[in-house]
Amino acid sequence: MDYIINGFAEAFRLIFSFDPEIMEIVFLSLFVSFSSTLYATIIGVPFGILLGITNFRGKPIVSRFLYTFMSFPPVVIGLFTALFLARAGPFGQFQLMYTPSAMIIAQTILVTPVVMGIVFNQSSTSGYEVVLTGKTLGAGKGNTLLLLIAELKGTIMIALVTGFGRAISEVGAVMIVGGNIRGYTRVMTTFIAMNNNMGQYSTAIAMGIILMTISFITNSILYKYIIGDINEYRD
Amino acid sequence: MKKKLTVLLVVVFVCALTLSFAGCSPTKKALEPGSNGTIILATTTSTQDSGLLDVLVPAFEAETGIAVKVVAVGTGKAIEMGTKGEADVLLVHARAQEDAFMAAGSGTERFDVMYNDFVVLGPKDDPAQVKANAPKDATKAFTAIAAVPATFVSRDDKSGTNTKELEIWKAANIVPEGDWYVRTGSGMGDTLTVTNEKLGYTLSDRATYANMKDTMSALQIVCEGDPLLLNPYGVITVNPAINAQINADGAKAFADWIVSPAGQKVIADYTINGDQVFTPSATKQ
Repeated sequence: MDYIINGFAEAFRLIFSFDPEIMEIVFLSLFVSFSSTLYATIIGVPFGILLGITNFRGKPIVSRFLYTFMSFPPVVIGLFTALFLARAGPFGQFQLMYTPSAMIIAQTILVTPVVMGIVFNQSSTSGYEVVLTGKTLGAGKGNTLLLLIAELKGTIMIALVTGFGRAISEVGAVMIVGGNIRGYTRVMTTFIAMNNNMGQYSTAIAMGIILMTISFITNSILYKYIIGDINEYRD
Repeated sequence: MKKKLTVLLVVVFVCALTLSFAGCSPTKKALEPGSNGTIILATTTSTQDSGLLDVLVPAFEAETGIAVKVVAVGTGKAIEMGTKGEADVLLVHARAQEDAFMAAGSGTERFDVMYNDFVVLGPKDDPAQVKANAPKDATKAFTAIAAVPATFVSRDDKSGTNTKELEIWKAANIVPEGDWYVRTGSGMGDTLTVTNEKLGYTLSDRATYANMKDTMSALQIVCEGDPLLLNPYGVITVNPAINAQINADGAKAFADWIVSPAGQKVIADYTINGDQVFTPSATKQ
């Protein structure tokens, strides 16, 4: 019980002391997770929509695989990414191991199926009417896609928020490909894990509180605009 | 109205991204290599947990301009990283594994760096009577623990600490098996926590215990000072023939520095709560 109370006290101390090391860790977490969510969205939204509105042989199998990948263990993704990025691996010459870039790559691989799966599901369900409307208005393939993105904005937002949540809170992938190196690849989650290992529970809890607060703020900003959109549709 | 919100949202998102990308110098530092290159130093979790690297690495970086990426993993993984050439230099404490590493041709040079020692920890009430009967004899201590049998917590993770623990069991002619022998598969910190909770015995390096003493209220040192409990560290430069990305020059610079008078002084001066933790032992000048 002491740990939790001390944790809150330590959290306030950490935040308001503007400790440069803590700020560095927080900014790096945001940078890595925002970047990977962005890339995942860029890849996942068009592909998710295209897969959703097309009927092709093997669609049931593909959807099952897609939904499975949505809950792929981050630590396994980290492991596989490390095998590829290691010096002995196929991309070894780029020396990507233990860099923020490697962390972004791993998290992008983690988040893309999440974004894709959510968008795929919604466009399968309600994409048909939109495509039909587009056809009647004489839209070409490109315009249809843009129309779909516009109509599915709420879903895309939810996918983005879910994806970001997954990215900012995972520790397995970034620990393996990043290495939790002080000043280079230490992020909030690896910092928490390390402090737990060292028995410094108050510091770990403090960072946990900071992590959840930032998550809450980020989601509040996005949520404000999702709610606005959904209300509009209910008219 | 919708359009305005969308635009605002995009702006906020992009701002946050740009801020983290360009802005803060801490993050910028995170993405730049040192002015004289970068090396990857593979070391053990107990070395990192001792806090020594937090003084050693900045001193080296300041003097040479070579950036050091310290990857702290288990000894087993550190050695494996060396074998595969994923690291440029190793700082480990498992002599048997180090010798095997050198014999296999994976390392260019190996130097003695420093040593600290292990201690046997046990609960305050000491059911195996280790403190009374074997305060300076690790083999006798382990025998007494297995005789009860009292709970013994092992890291069971191929770490330097685990290697030493198994060495002592072997010297005592005991194969530890049974409900009393708890395997955590974790680092020293976690293992100490488990030992504290279970009121058991364990083997720990002195530095980690010194750092965590405040939270380990149920434990005390029951055995120390046995020559068998010495924990020597070695620095090994990885053979550049393993792959093309190994920074052999940087690795050599690190190895040479850590055994130099300057590096050895940093080691000797490092204290936890006023006590010296590591004893420098380099013989190379």
